[in-house]
Amino acid sequence: MNAPLTVYVPGDASACSLGADATARAIEAEAARRGQAVRIVRNGSRGLFWLEPLVEVVTGAGRVAYGPVQAADVGKLLDAGLLDGGDHALRLGDISTHPYLASQQRLTGTRLGVVDPTSLVDYVANEGYVGLRNALAMQPLDIVRAITDSGLRGRGGAAFPTGIKWQTVHDQKAGQKYITCNADEGDSGTFSDRMLMEGDPFLLIEGMTIAGLAVGATQGYIYLRVEYPHAARALAKALQVARAVGYLGPDILGSGKRFDIAVRLGAGAYICGEETSMLESLEGRRGEVRVRPPLPAIKGLFGQPTVVNNVVTLASVPIVLARGAQFYKEFGVGKSRGTIPLQLAGNVKQGGLVERAFGLTVNQLVYDYGGGSATGRPVRAVQIGGPLGAYLPASEFDTPLEYEALSAKNALLGHGGVVVFDDRVDMARMARYALEFCAIESCGKCTPCRIGSTRGVELVDRIIAARAAANGANGPHEANLALLDELCDTMFNGSLCGLGGLTPFPVRSALKHFREDFRRAN
Amino acid sequence: MTVEAEKLKRSVSNAVTRFAGEPGPLLEILHAVQNDLGCVPADAVPLLADALNLSRAEVHGVVSFYHHFREESPGRYVVQLCRAEACQAMNARALEEFVRGRLRVNFGETTADGRVTLEAVYCLGNCACAPSMMVNGELHGRVTPERFGALAKEWGVSP
Repeated sequence: MNAPLTVYVPGDASACSLGADATARAIEAEAARRGQAVRIVRNGSRGLFWLEPLVEVVTGAGRVAYGPVQAADVGKLLDAGLLDGGDHALRLGDISTHPYLASQQRLTGTRLGVVDPTSLVDYVANEGYVGLRNALAMQPLDIVRAITDSGLRGRGGAAFPTGIKWQTVHDQKAGQKYITCNADEGDSGTFSDRMLMEGDPFLLIEGMTIAGLAVGATQGYIYLRVEYPHAARALAKALQVARAVGYLGPDILGSGKRFDIAVRLGAGAYICGEETSMLESLEGRRGEVRVRPPLPAIKGLFGQPTVVNNVVTLASVPIVLARGAQFYKEFGVGKSRGTIPLQLAGNVKQGGLVERAFGLTVNQLVYDYGGGSATGRPVRAVQIGGPLGAYLPASEFDTPLEYEALSAKNALLGHGGVVVFDDRVDMARMARYALEFCAIESCGKCTPCRIGSTRGVELVDRIIAARAAANGANGPHEANLALLDELCDTMFNGSLCGLGGLTPFPVRSALKHFREDFRRAN
Repeated sequence: MTVEAEKLKRSVSNAVTRFAGEPGPLLEILHAVQNDLGCVPADAVPLLADALNLSRAEVHGVVSFYHHFREESPGRYVVQLCRAEACQAMNARALEEFVRGRLRVNFGETTADGRVTLEAVYCLGNCACAPSMMVNGELHGRVTPERFGALAKEWGVSP
C-alpha cells in the first residue's frame, strides 16, 4: 500500500444524524478495495449542515471538500478520483472560501471542522493554549481585568458581564472555589455548545483553566446534558489527553498551579440550565431553583464561591488572553462586544452555525445565510433565543441581533438560536406550546410558574376552541385573550427564575404580532 | 418487567462504591444504575437511601424530578422523539402522530411486544437537521414518516 491519505469525515452529532458514520465506513472499505491506504479523521462540523456529511480530502493543493456525501455515493466518488480531489457534482473545492464561511468572523469557532478534536498537537498548532500560557505569566487580577476590558458578556442567555462575575469570585476568601460550565444547552434551535464540545473540546478546557487561574479555583465541573452523548465522549477523551500532557492536574505546565475538570451528566431537565438549579443538580439533588441572594459567585456549589459560565463564554476566554482584550472588543456594536455564534435552525434551507460580530440583522441571517425556508414557502416568523424567546414577524426582520436592540423589541438574544417558521405556522398553537413546555419543565418551587403555566395551557385551549366563532366579537373570547395577557403579567413579575418569568415572551409576542391566529377560524 | 432483587442489589452497591467518594454523588449513581439495568426500579430507592444516609423521600424526590430516569425496564429500542420548536417548524407534530400510530403507543409507553419504548425529549441539539430523534443513543436527522417506517420494520415492529 502507498502512503495513507488523510480524509476528514465529521464525527459531529448532526453530521452523524445524516449518515456520516456510514460514509466514513464506506470510504474506508472502498479505499481498501482499491489498495489505497487512508487515515480517516473524525473532525467537528464546520456548521454548514445542508452539506453534511461534508467530506474533505487532503491533497497536494490543500483540502478539497465534497458534500453532502452519503455512503451510497462513495464508490462513484472514488471512481471520479475523490482521493486526488477529482471533479464530481458534489465537489465543493476549498470549503473555507465558501461564502457562508468566508463572510463569517470565527473567533470562538475558528477550529471547528478544521482540526482533529482528539489531537492536542492540532490544537496547539492552531493557536491553542496561547491564552493559557499568557495567563500563567499574569497576576490573577490582570486576567480578570482582561476579561472585563474585553466586554465579554455571558453567552448562555443572561448576558451578564463575565469580568464582574469573575471579580466577585476572585475577591472571596475561601478554601475551595469552583468553575462550573453550564453545558445544559436545552434551548431549541441552539447547538453551538454542542459543536464546540464535540469539535474543539480543548478550547473549553483551556477557557475553564484560565478561569480557574483568574479566580483561584482548583476544581471545575462541566454540567453536560444527557442528550449529548457525542459531546460526552469528546470531552472525556480530551480531558484524558490534557491530563496526560500536564495541561490539567496538580502542576499545570510546571507552574505549580492546580486545576482539574470533571464532567457531570444532567438527566433531562430543562430547568437545570438555570444556574442555581444547575448547582443543586450538581450537588445530586432535585434541580430546584435557589432564591438569590446569595449569588453563586459568593455562595455557589457546595456553598463555595463559584463561577457559573456557559460553554461559549468560557470558549471565548482563550482568544481574549491570546490576542488581548482590545482585539476582542473591536468586534461588535454598543454594549454587545465580540462575536456571537448564531445558530440558524428549523425551517430553513441552509441551517448552521454563523459566527459574526454582533449586529447582523435577522434578514441577513435568514435570507443571506439561510436562503429562506426549507419548504420554499414564505417565512412568517422566527423565534430567537429558545423556548423563552420572543417570536418576531417578518416586518421586524431588520432588527440587529444584539442584546440592546432585541431588548427594545421585547425580545431577547438568549443563547443565539434562531428558529425559522414558514407561513403554515399556527402561532396560537406555538403560544400554547410555550406554556405547555413551561408546565412540563417547571421545577415547581414557585406558584406563578408551576400553576400559571398549566392554567395558561387550559386558557389557550379555550381560545383555540372558540376562535372559529370569535371573529370581531367582543365576547368571552376577547376576555380570555385579556386574561392570558394578565396571566403573563403574573408569571413575568412573580416567578422566581427565567423559566416562568420569560415564558410570557413567546406568548405575548405571538399575541401582539400574530393576533389574527388567535381569532381566525380553525 | 421487573429487575430481580439480587441483580438490583449488586448494581446499586457497585454504583455506590464507585461514586460514594465524590461530593454530591446521587445523580452519578442513578445514571450508573440506569445504564446497568435500563431503569431505576422503585426497589432501588430504599437501598440508595440506606447507602447514602438519605431519606427515601429525598432519593425518590430526585429520581422522580428528572425526566431521564425511568422506573420500568424499557424496550430493546428506546426512541426519543424531539417535540421542541425547531422540530415543530419541520412538521414534527405530524411525524409524532405517525410514530404513535405506527408503534401503537403513547409517550412513556413500550410496545406490547416489548420491542420499542417511545419517549418525548425537548431538543437534541440537531435543530438545523430537524425533525430529530435518538434511538439507543444514535441520532437521526430529517426524519420522515417513510424513514421511521423503514426503521420500525428493521426493529421487527409488526405493521
